Amino acid sequence: MPDRRALCAFGACRLALGRPGGKARTGVGLMDPFLLMLIIPLVSGALLTVVGERAWAPHLNIIASAGTFLASALLTVEIVAQGPRFAFGEHFFIDSMNVFFVALTAFVGMTTSIFSGPYMRNERERGRLTAPRLRLYKSMYQIFMFTMLVALTTNNLGILWVAMEAATLTTVLLVSLYRTPASLEAAWKYFILCGVGIAQALFGTILLYFAAERVLGHTGNALLWTHLVDVKGQLEPAIMALSFIFLLVGYGTKVGLAPLHNWLPDAHAEGPTPVSAVLSGLLLNVALYAILRCKVLADGAIGGDFAGNLMMGFGLLTLLVAAFFLGRQKDIKRMFAYSSIEHMGLITFAFGMGGAVANFAGFLHMTMHSLTKSAIFFAVGHATQKVGTQLMADIRGLIRINPVIGWGLMLGTLAILGMPPFGVFASEFMILTHAMKHHPWATPILLLALGVAFASIFGKVQPMVFGETEARRLPHAPAITPVFIHLAIVLMLGLWIPPYLTRWFHEAARMLG
Amino acid sequence: MNAGVPLSAQLINLCAAVILLLAFAMLAQRRVMPLINLFGLQGLVLAGSTLVVAVTTHQAHLYWSAGLTLLLKAMLLPWILHRLVRKLYVKWDIESLVNVPATMLIGIVLVIVAFNVALPISQFSSTISRGTLGIALATVMLAFLMMITRTKAIPQVVGFLAMENGLFLAATSATYGMPMVVELGIALDVLVGMIILGVFFFQIREQFDSLDIRHMEHLKE
Repeated sequence: MPDRRALCAFGACRLALGRPGGKARTGVGLMDPFLLMLIIPLVSGALLTVVGERAWAPHLNIIASAGTFLASALLTVEIVAQGPRFAFGEHFFIDSMNVFFVALTAFVGMTTSIFSGPYMRNERERGRLTAPRLRLYKSMYQIFMFTMLVALTTNNLGILWVAMEAATLTTVLLVSLYRTPASLEAAWKYFILCGVGIAQALFGTILLYFAAERVLGHTGNALLWTHLVDVKGQLEPAIMALSFIFLLVGYGTKVGLAPLHNWLPDAHAEGPTPVSAVLSGLLLNVALYAILRCKVLADGAIGGDFAGNLMMGFGLLTLLVAAFFLGRQKDIKRMFAYSSIEHMGLITFAFGMGGAVANFAGFLHMTMHSLTKSAIFFAVGHATQKVGTQLMADIRGLIRINPVIGWGLMLGTLAILGMPPFGVFASEFMILTHAMKHHPWATPILLLALGVAFASIFGKVQPMVFGETEARRLPHAPAITPVFIHLAIVLMLGLWIPPYLTRWFHEAARMLG
Repeated sequence: MNAGVPLSAQLINLCAAVILLLAFAMLAQRRVMPLINLFGLQGLVLAGSTLVVAVTTHQAHLYWSAGLTLLLKAMLLPWILHRLVRKLYVKWDIESLVNVPATMLIGIVLVIVAFNVALPISQFSSTISRGTLGIALATVMLAFLMMITRTKAIPQVVGFLAMENGLFLAATSATYGMPMVVELGIALDVLVGMIILGVFFFQIREQFDSLDIRHMEHLKE
């Protein structure tokens, strides 16, 4: 944690902008954790392109991701201690809501880079990838992290859109990394569907700017979230309603909300497993974050439950569709991709209900889902590499091939299905009880979907872990540690949430209103 | 047209109407090269209408975005597409899932829907070009329809880019354009996306020997 007075001595630190509340700070020093957090992935992405595939390139990837995580941790400490701040004038804004996503993104980014080291080397030795593609993978991975961190920290809703689109473009290249017909098809579908979705989000952003311009005037400030939130009560409700619909459908496509969720299972199943892990664990969260930021404005302008009801409707529809498609899956990564859709539906529903408890549960569930689902994808990645197939019918007896992977997959599955004592149970329980109290009509739908999902996933994972098989060794020992780090955190959060984390979630939930 | 409307507003409305007509022409066009030319022409008219708004309202940044539109959408993107088509030896005929007359009828319905959605919104606008918001939304929807009904990769991409044209028209007509930094970002995304897609086309053709999307229907439940 750099000394802020030292930063001021650097001549780069300008203090309080005199906004209401007076807490927000601005200014960026050379050793500012925020600046480091954005520069490290950008520079290392460029560097990894230049140096190409060397023996130490995976280590550079890990070191860069660890550096990003360290910077984000310092930033989190700073925000928790000193309140929200700006950076680069008012272009970036970090408060307790987005710093939570930043820390989660950087953490899963780091563990995924650790996981992908041996995984990608195994893929290369199996002949599925060549050196130039590994170079492409690593540099795009870092650029992808960069775009997500920009999307999370920018104060400008227009730049948020630009960063989301850039994240789509980098992941299109990552999904098609194997260049098989199926992966190209998946990447094409991903590009077209998300392109259409993101175009609708742009129209929503234009309408938002239109509404804002009438209040804030035709300046660059009219898309800055901090300015918008100050005048949200004056924004024209008719325009804001239309704008929110477009934004919800547009960014919702990237969240994986039905009916535009089709790209998600294909992209998860056909891309490399580390990419599936970051898509499920991070990208969906970032898209949902964009919706939440817009929801705050829409709620302030329209009043009532308009935005919340829309989100509840989309959330429930998504949950139901995903739960019933789960049972029909044959490919293990497709099945867990549908499980991600299901959970995103549940989280969208929770935020749709609104209020302190439901928002708290939503944030908690997002954290749990990110950690658990990426852990599952790590375990699934190693398992499919061992067995040489993604077809669930051909994966049997993981517990005998490699007990650690077998247990990792089993525990991860139990965690994601909401079994106590894992943290997913706590958040799902909160969402359910809150729904029972305030929206009793939704309870049977929620229970039905969760029950169907449980039966489908557990019924398929059980024989994969405990069935009969013959074993085979991998040339590079898999990186199992990330699986258990994630599951340990999820377990801990299920049993005990540290008080500062609770405060932090409460703070973020309060910001949503 | 009522007599009180100033010349510049009439010019802007004319440009918007031509853009909508071009959107219909693209929907009906069966060949790849003319389709790309129509797209370039649409970009040119878009740049022209942005310029008219800029001259009328003296918004300095609109000159820049008119120039950017001219450079990117009327010249650079059509040029990249032309090169791609020639290099890929794409078959010139475009096949459509729905026949042209039916597509046109659906298009007309979409235009009516777009006008009705935009009507209550555009009355809040104080810009000289507010009447064109409905046309902009209609252009977006027609481009969307083109993406759905076409079975080849390149027409789908042209549809995607035409949708971006419609969005740009919406931004200039409702608000005199987005802030410059956002517009630059969007332009950069479109350009990078186009380059990535160019690389992507070669990969697709290598794998499937064709750019027909119907070969890519294996990923099903």
